[in-house]
Amino acid sequence: MALLEVKDLQVRVEEREILHGLTLTVNEGEIHAIMGPNGSGKSTLSHVIAGKPGYEVTGGQILFKGEDLLEMAAEERAAKGVFLAFQYPVEIPGVATMNFLRTALNAQRKARGEEEFSTPDFLRKVREVSKSLNIPQDMLKRGVNVGFSGGEKKRNEVLQMALFEPSLCILDEMDSGLDIDALRIAADGVNALRSPKRSMVVITHYQRLLNYIVPDVVHVMSKGRVVKSGGKELALELEASGYAQFEDAA
Amino acid sequence: MNVAVAKTGKGRAVSDLFTSAEGRLPGSPGITAVRREAFETYERLGLPHRRIEEWKYTDLRALVGEVLPLAAAPDAAALKRAADAVKAHAIDGAHKLVLVDSVLAADLSDVKALASEAGFKTLRETLEKDADLLKTATVDAVIALNAAMATDGVVLSIADGVQLSAPIQIIHIATAASASAFSRSQVAVGKGARATIVETFVAAGASAYQVNDAVIVSVGDNADVAHIRLMDDAPDAVNVTSHFVTIGANVKYNFFNMTTGAAVSRLQGFITLAGEGSELSANGVNLLQKTEHGDTTLVVDHAVPNCVSREVFRAVIDDRAHSVFQGRIIVRPDAQKTDGKMMTRALLLSDEAEADNKPELEIFADDVSCGHGATAGALDDSLLFYLKARGLPEKQAQALLIQAFVGEAIEQIADDNLREHVIGIAERWLERRS
Ligand SMILES: Nc1ncnc2c1ncn2[C@@H]1O[C@H](COP(=O)(O)OP(=O)(O)OP(=O)(O)O)[C@@H](O)[C@H]1O
Ligand SMILES: [Mg+2]
Repeated sequence: MALLEVKDLQVRVEEREILHGLTLTVNEGEIHAIMGPNGSGKSTLSHVIAGKPGYEVTGGQILFKGEDLLEMAAEERAAKGVFLAFQYPVEIPGVATMNFLRTALNAQRKARGEEEFSTPDFLRKVREVSKSLNIPQDMLKRGVNVGFSGGEKKRNEVLQMALFEPSLCILDEMDSGLDIDALRIAADGVNALRSPKRSMVVITHYQRLLNYIVPDVVHVMSKGRVVKSGGKELALELEASGYAQFEDAA
Repeated sequence: MNVAVAKTGKGRAVSDLFTSAEGRLPGSPGITAVRREAFETYERLGLPHRRIEEWKYTDLRALVGEVLPLAAAPDAAALKRAADAVKAHAIDGAHKLVLVDSVLAADLSDVKALASEAGFKTLRETLEKDADLLKTATVDAVIALNAAMATDGVVLSIADGVQLSAPIQIIHIATAASASAFSRSQVAVGKGARATIVETFVAAGASAYQVNDAVIVSVGDNADVAHIRLMDDAPDAVNVTSHFVTIGANVKYNFFNMTTGAAVSRLQGFITLAGEGSELSANGVNLLQKTEHGDTTLVVDHAVPNCVSREVFRAVIDDRAHSVFQGRIIVRPDAQKTDGKMMTRALLLSDEAEADNKPELEIFADDVSCGHGATAGALDDSLLFYLKARGLPEKQAQALLIQAFVGEAIEQIADDNLREHVIGIAERWLERRS
């Protein structure tokens, strides 16, 4: 069953069209990789799915579990199970990570009509997840992402993903800025979340990540469109030959 | 006398305010003369208005218009409401001194428990002997009016070397609607003493009332004082408060003010560093919504060398509210090696919100390090989006960021318990927004 259906999506930013009719279907339980040159619109797609303001959708639609995602506020999408691990997670000084995690988790649960987590349950859960991701507890006492290294920020995104248990995870260049060990830890964290009910869209420039998180489908994006889709061998092909062959197709 | 002022009182002659109250004001006959003189000063000046430089942004004539008649003594029902308010606003473990419509309510206060640690009298008692407490170095119309009309207050003395075991909390409770209340208090902290004074202003069923408070603080050498003022008066009330603080040598004085209530308010603090080697930390938060007007004015006077002053001020302004921060740092010719800095930031939550910031450095010494900085802006959209993408609704996302913003001032409060108390009040303000 299709979890996410992006149909002929056209998106403008400040009068300039960035996505020119992008189509993408992600079924439940599948892992899709999106590769493509800088500026091809990968982050733009992920932002539009997550509901970031400032993008004007001039055509097409996005369905999530059959519902019109574009009609929903960002927080509603999150509560329904959309999660974007940001390429550049922001720093939020003065908002303690623990407080943020608890507030966010409970806001999502409340929106779904579920009971809020009790403090001990919440703490146990955070401890479990942060341990598996090798995130020290005292990092969680700091402001959200404040003073975190690039790799720590990315791990903090995976931590949230594990905590919120979304049904769609979009990972925007989760591997950028991660050293080899950190990459393995983060990828293990992501793999631990694989389930028949959960789908992932992995945006990356490097085939290496896909050795850890093995995709079912690989898409090539160029100039605001998906120009080719294939199996995991497509990523290897790209690694060998680059994007030049697709520039014309776009 | 100022004819223009007399006419602004809606049909009521200004001097009626005093003559009708005179019989109820405490003090020996000699003191009545001092009061009358103070009232004449007030009559001559009239309510401050925008053409008076210090009141440029807070035009009381336009914002308030007239001074309401003095509140009558509270009845049994009012005292019952006050007792409930005390329960709701008391800080755990603090020694409470409760002023109901500016008159000490002994039954609601912990006078006995306090007696073992601090000297305590009411202003009423003190004024039977001398009028010193009605005099201050700085006088303006509202200060003069306070001297003329002060009905009661607390007069505290903490002896040399005494370390208070608990904070003293002065709770001002308004029970009388459409009336005014005038309080005047004194806190004298002895050498080497350690004290925490908290002042709380709240309403108990009263609306549209006016508060005019004055507090005179003196701090002996080597003392360590935390002074916290939490003004959460009714949303249609007026609160004008003047602080006069004189600080000795090698003192740590940590002041914090938070304004979360009143339609119109002004806290004006006149703080003099009169002994060398002292550290003043004077911080504040204004949380304003609707059409509220909140003014925090601090005059820090470095009269001697080698003192440090730090001011951190945060304003959060919603709807059509108006926040004013005026910070003046005076460095006298002798006050070499002064280190004085203030940093103010305003967060504007609506297009119609207004923030005025007036820093003034008056430096007469040459070997000093003084500065100020100010910013004003809206919430950061990229931070808001991050929080919303994690499931926080707009108002909740804003609330987290607002708490972080004011946290920079609130974290200057050292005591965990008090800090939590203050955060609680800020949270209730945030809940009123949505
Ligand atoms: N807010 C914006 N204002 C103007 N142009 C924008 C904005 N956001 C994105 N763009 C433009 O849209 C195009 C696509 O950007 P996007 O960030 O989606 O690319 P990307 O595929 O994620 O690139 P990278 O691999 O470098 O992360 C770029 O040309 C970029 O300059
Ligand atoms: Mg990108």
